[in-house]
Amino acid sequence: MAQANQFDPRPWYLLSPALLAITFLVIVPMSFILVYSFYVNIDLAVDEVAFQFGNWRELFTDSYYLNAIWKTFRLSAILTVLAAVLGYIPAYFIANTKYHHKWLLLLLLILPFWISFIIRTLSWIHIMGNQGAINGVLLWLGIIDEPISMMFNEFAVIVGFIHVFLPYMILNVYVSLEGIDKTLEPAARTLGCTPWQAFREVTLPLSLPGLAAGCLLVFVLTAGSYVTPLILGGPNDFLFGNLIYDAVIDELNWPMGATLSFTLLVLLGLVVVVYSRLMGLNQLYKAFG
Amino acid sequence: MRAWSLIRAYSIAVYIFMFAPIAVVLLLAFNSSQFGGFPIEGFSLRWFYKLYDNVAIVRAFKTSFVLGLLTACCATTLGVLASVALVRYRIRGKEWITTLLIMPVLVPETVLAVGMLIFLRWLSMPRSFGLLLLGHTIIAMPFVVLVVQARLVGIKKEFEEAAKSLGANPFQTFLQITLPLLMPAVFAGALFAFTISFDNITATIFWRPAGVETMPTQIFGMLRNSVSPEVNALGFVMVFITVTVPLMAGGLARYFSRKRL
Repeated sequence: MAQANQFDPRPWYLLSPALLAITFLVIVPMSFILVYSFYVNIDLAVDEVAFQFGNWRELFTDSYYLNAIWKTFRLSAILTVLAAVLGYIPAYFIANTKYHHKWLLLLLLILPFWISFIIRTLSWIHIMGNQGAINGVLLWLGIIDEPISMMFNEFAVIVGFIHVFLPYMILNVYVSLEGIDKTLEPAARTLGCTPWQAFREVTLPLSLPGLAAGCLLVFVLTAGSYVTPLILGGPNDFLFGNLIYDAVIDELNWPMGATLSFTLLVLLGLVVVVYSRLMGLNQLYKAFG
Repeated sequence: MRAWSLIRAYSIAVYIFMFAPIAVVLLLAFNSSQFGGFPIEGFSLRWFYKLYDNVAIVRAFKTSFVLGLLTACCATTLGVLASVALVRYRIRGKEWITTLLIMPVLVPETVLAVGMLIFLRWLSMPRSFGLLLLGHTIIAMPFVVLVVQARLVGIKKEFEEAAKSLGANPFQTFLQITLPLLMPAVFAGALFAFTISFDNITATIFWRPAGVETMPTQIFGMLRNSVSPEVNALGFVMVFITVTVPLMAGGLARYFSRKRL
């Protein structure tokens, strides 16, 4: 282009609405969270402008909060590993199948994104609840006399999360696998690899970017949730997000809510930064193309 | 090959895992029993009639629907403009701007929700429908940008340059050349935005004004240890709207475009 050196304002006109929205609805509010975390909570929904570290001291010394951080990271890690293990194989299947109606498999993979999250979550009550399908079948077969209690515990929360987040993992791995040259694996085979070796040495390393993107999404999405534990979990199955919900919605303690929110933002921000250093953020965008 | 049939069986099992619970909700919506769960006593549409008579649910439905439409309009407008700028012009710091536009996806929704609430509090403004709209727009916009950008990269620049050489100004070029070619992506992005808004609960619980319910928060409020049959019927309606309507739209679009060729 001839005017490459000249400043062209036109793209900035086009970008300005979106950038303004991001600035005032995301960046400015994030800084307000930090500022509010130094305020003092006086009473329900009443707080005072201050610069003190009381909220932060409470967060770092109270084992309740530290325990919640640990629980959240533990559950997110469990889910990430589970999603990777459960999701990789179907993604591999879709990428390599010779089935004529492959589009149908892909459509079914996208379909869950359109189905209401809350409906998908509560549907597990129909499966694992006391009046659910599993108990119904077991009772009918006479294997048990009383319904087994499977709901409102950590297991139910994990199942609910996996159900919602698995499509993200499969889609990301699939996109990565689909981009691999299909002649590479046969080439490795002719050079004497067993099928398993060919997969391990060629396909798996090449699909790592997609796997990593899926893992990042599952980890971050899990660590930021609070609704699934409320629906499927028991009283002890709370995540860090639940503490924020309690502080802001129930206790109306804004300064503490801000402190907790900022902590979650920083912790997950670190995860994203480490990921983008290793992988770059581009892979994340691919799955939506 | 034995390994391959294992992989296939495993994948089918995962698909069943993903869809069986939803199928159960759809099935139970037609159960005549007055409890939401099993056993199925008989076929009945009574829970759908009940839904229609439930003022709170109808109101929540209208709120969600209007909110979804408005969100789709706003997010698509912002997203398309930004995508055109990013794909069609050379600008400094493109990577940074893209990251910035995608940022709402990477910020946990809970944090985003609390941040906007605190900002509003500082402005001494109450929660309002406007907050829900702005918030949903920000959550949906990154997805519109990703979808539209991907399509825009595939549209040849030559079409636009031809229009310009024939005397069209940039605005005419956009309206008469780029936009029609981009329409499928715009439509897909808008649909995506609508679904995201219609489905959002995490941030909506924080943002909704007192007394305002959207579909998901209404359902959430109706859940107390058990699922009522009305919720099943509602689930059926929601799945129908967010799945069948886009599928039919896509199918019809395909049918008509094939007919024209």
